[in-house]
Amino acid sequence: MIEYRRVSKTFRGGNQAVTDFSLTAPTGSVTVLVGSSGCGKTTLLRMVNRMVDPSDGEILIDGHNVTDHDPVDLRRKIGYVMQSGGLLPHRTVSQNIQTVQRLTGVPHKVAAERAGELMNTVGLDPDLANRYPSQLSGGQQQRVGVARALAVDPNILLMDEPFGAVDPLVRRDLQRELISLQQRVTKTVLFVTHDIDEAFLLGDQVVILQEGAVIAQQGTPEEIIARPASDFVAHFIGHTSAQRELRTTSGNGVKLVVDDDGRIHGRLRE
Amino acid sequence: MTWVRNNIDLIIRLTLDHVWLSLIPIVLGALIAIPLGWLAFRFQVARGTLLTSVGIVYTIPSLALFVLLPPLLGLPFLSPASVIIALTLYAVAIMVRSAADAFLSVDPSVLRSATAMGFESWQRVLFVELPLAGPVIIAGLRVVAVSTVSLVTVGVLVGVQSLGYFFTDGFQRRIEAEILTGIVMTVLVAVLFDAALIGIGRLVMPWAKVLQVQATSKEVATR
Repeated sequence: MIEYRRVSKTFRGGNQAVTDFSLTAPTGSVTVLVGSSGCGKTTLLRMVNRMVDPSDGEILIDGHNVTDHDPVDLRRKIGYVMQSGGLLPHRTVSQNIQTVQRLTGVPHKVAAERAGELMNTVGLDPDLANRYPSQLSGGQQQRVGVARALAVDPNILLMDEPFGAVDPLVRRDLQRELISLQQRVTKTVLFVTHDIDEAFLLGDQVVILQEGAVIAQQGTPEEIIARPASDFVAHFIGHTSAQRELRTTSGNGVKLVVDDDGRIHGRLRE
Repeated sequence: MTWVRNNIDLIIRLTLDHVWLSLIPIVLGALIAIPLGWLAFRFQVARGTLLTSVGIVYTIPSLALFVLLPPLLGLPFLSPASVIIALTLYAVAIMVRSAADAFLSVDPSVLRSATAMGFESWQRVLFVELPLAGPVIIAGLRVVAVSTVSLVTVGVLVGVQSLGYFFTDGFQRRIEAEILTGIVMTVLVAVLFDAALIGIGRLVMPWAKVLQVQATSKEVATR
């Protein structure tokens, strides 16, 4: 469980990125922080592994203040995935996955074996083990990033817009696989995105942020879609655009789902 | 050709002297300049001071430095040490800037990622920043190598033997073959150093070759 208690962050130069933010991300579930760029969501994520320390307030992992941990030790215990995987370009796929294990002194043979297993877990062809990141597609790089984050079997997975740099089709695959992966390995996931559809698809809990990391609304996707708390939320999730207003219409004897623009989205299964 | 045949021993001896006189400043220059370049990259305050001072060093004419160094450092004249020290200074002067550029060329998001993985600061410098700066560092060293090999010849004017001897001696005695030999051998030594640096780069940075090949194939594809 990750708890933010009245956290604020003012950067040098006076930019207040986070203002009095409190949130609990329950163990074993996916919490998605969603907001426009510059809303402070990445700062919130980086506070968990002490890449950024809060100016005020505290962050607890399973009841322990993160500042009680040495930052380096803490980071090695927390999985971190970023855009394009953040892979080390001078290391092969297998070496990238072994990074944290090698840092913590796990013997090469054990780490390499584990890397092989993980490539299998995230659906990577074992033949890619000795390739360099630049030789992989965007989707493959992203998978390596996830495998690397899972290497030391962390309880917590921080994901910073991990699927932002891949094309929509691959993104959908990766999202689906993350859901199935989460069912198998069950981590406490904190996921940052600006894509509300991604947030609704992946999040057990979705937190919509305004500038300064002010929570506009938090809840399950159902709660938010059913009852947006404010005009800001309604606008942000697209209620004010015609695309989220769906109705059914009959055509050729089946019920079709149509949005307010009249675009047919699909068939209603009954 | 007769001149070459008659002087083959001298040619070999001076070529070896030349290689040593070049190799030591190149290696020392790199060892001193890479950490300085890192400081210039890492600390804004150090950058201006360092880059300006190495810039000034580079404007001092080599002959002046060869003559000035022995009395300044209490070295005997005709000592190769003064040439080696002077050339090391030039190597550092060129190399600090390219080393700073090399570290600046590393993608900051990769560095952030390394921090997030749990690299200690020193581990990040040694295992991530340095290797990723490698290709640009090698490029800088190639410039240093060629410049050093050619500057070594000037040392002959203060009595330090190298292939430069063939220029002065050949000029005074009007032996064209001797001057030509000096030029050819100097170029050969420079090419040798260049090839060695390229080889070292390929050997220790196989990934950089991959990047290069990819970049070229992408270029071709977009044409």
